[in-house]
Amino acid sequence: MSSLPLVAPPARSFRGLPRSRLASLTVHAFGAAPCGRGSDHLLSAKQLSRGDLETVLDRAAEIAADPGAVADAHGDRLLGLCFFEPSTRTKMSFDAAMKRLGGDTVDMGSVESTSVTKGESLADTVRVVAGYADALVLRHPSEGSATLASEFVDVPVLNGGDGAGQHPTQTLLDLYTIRENAGFQDLTVGIMGDLKYGRTVHSLSHALTNVDATQHFVSPESLRLPRSVRFDLHEAGAQVREHTDVDEVLETLDILYVTRIQRERFPDENEYRKVAGEYRIDAGLLDGVDDDLTVMHPLPRVDEIAPDVDETTHATYFEQARNGVPVRMALLDLML
Amino acid sequence: MTDPELRVSKIEDGTVIDHISGGQALNVLAILGIDGSGGVAVSVGINVPSDRLGGKDIVKVEGRELSQNEVDVLSLIAPAATINIIRDFEVAEKHRVSRPGEVTGVLSCPNANCITTEAEPIDSHFEVLGEGVRCRYCDTIIRESIADHISVA
Repeated sequence: MSSLPLVAPPARSFRGLPRSRLASLTVHAFGAAPCGRGSDHLLSAKQLSRGDLETVLDRAAEIAADPGAVADAHGDRLLGLCFFEPSTRTKMSFDAAMKRLGGDTVDMGSVESTSVTKGESLADTVRVVAGYADALVLRHPSEGSATLASEFVDVPVLNGGDGAGQHPTQTLLDLYTIRENAGFQDLTVGIMGDLKYGRTVHSLSHALTNVDATQHFVSPESLRLPRSVRFDLHEAGAQVREHTDVDEVLETLDILYVTRIQRERFPDENEYRKVAGEYRIDAGLLDGVDDDLTVMHPLPRVDEIAPDVDETTHATYFEQARNGVPVRMALLDLML
Repeated sequence: MTDPELRVSKIEDGTVIDHISGGQALNVLAILGIDGSGGVAVSVGINVPSDRLGGKDIVKVEGRELSQNEVDVLSLIAPAATINIIRDFEVAEKHRVSRPGEVTGVLSCPNANCITTEAEPIDSHFEVLGEGVRCRYCDTIIRESIADHISVA
């Protein structure tokens, strides 16, 4: 365990757990529940200060360099997995992270196999699961679900994606990948695709304001950033530059973060095809760009990144997905 | 009654909410949860001529003194409203509404995918911004037509 610079909260323990060392998780929240009944939670990327980000990323780098050093660091801890929506990367990487820290997980399983089908509220479900675990990861289709959960439990809640809201742990691994590949100095990031409903975009754009990145948002008019995100970026002093054509900015970018345009958001299939086709990248498009351009994607992709990009030096999305384990190990190590 | 001043008679004890933006009186009552079912006598004037506002609404609630906390939420739809606490037919206290920091259980979130729209044991909760309000749960910002989102009956 590293020693961390902290704003020391009042000493508290719950079932023997020390309070989180990420003190700012409870004080930087805006528009999200700061905390429930005494625990620290990670509900939104807006909670994370520059110091918090650096703390998690530094710890992740230490763990990635020597995972054996933490192999039994949390042998007495159980992480509850409450996934009300499908997940591959988030769920499996949290599962792997907890187990690689020596702990274990208890999994709610599919919604169909739980009391949710009997009409149980989310508030009741998380209260029950909190009795079985030392922290909860929650994914739920409704925006604000993680905030609600945090108000009903005494263990840390980690938002694993709430509808079209936030996905802060994805952001941490995104930032880790960005720091590894491009650094934070004079960083220029292009974020392309579904900016309206993409929760990874909402979280990442907030966090990038902490590293003073220049951000370009590329999307069809109908999928622009939502008002609430633009409001926060403005409040944070970020300059929002919006485009409808990636060619306008491609050559200026250090990072191109591509997201999936979600077919289900379009009432008209033809309109979807037209839009999706315009926000697709392939090796040809990247032919003339700087070799250092890093192409990222939170995955899953459908066809917005052609397979021929995988063979280029730009493709970083599988490395990005792998980074989910050390980053989530670091987060759990710091929060538990 | 021929004198416009006497359209609504004086009350002995209670609260007069004056200078409400024209047409918002019923929303004011909705926010305050006053629907007459509690037996409280309520007088309402809508689009009453006013030098200051052109046309204003006025609400008189008899036998009930509304607290500052209760009325501050009115600032979202009636920022110019004044509150007069009446005792023995005289104005005992007079003050303006001020913007609260947050509003709980008064507005419903317009985002159909917000957790507050589901059957959960929570009230809606909005932070009050310089302009508009913001859902604590899903971050949705309401700036226009806030009265359209009043959730109380």
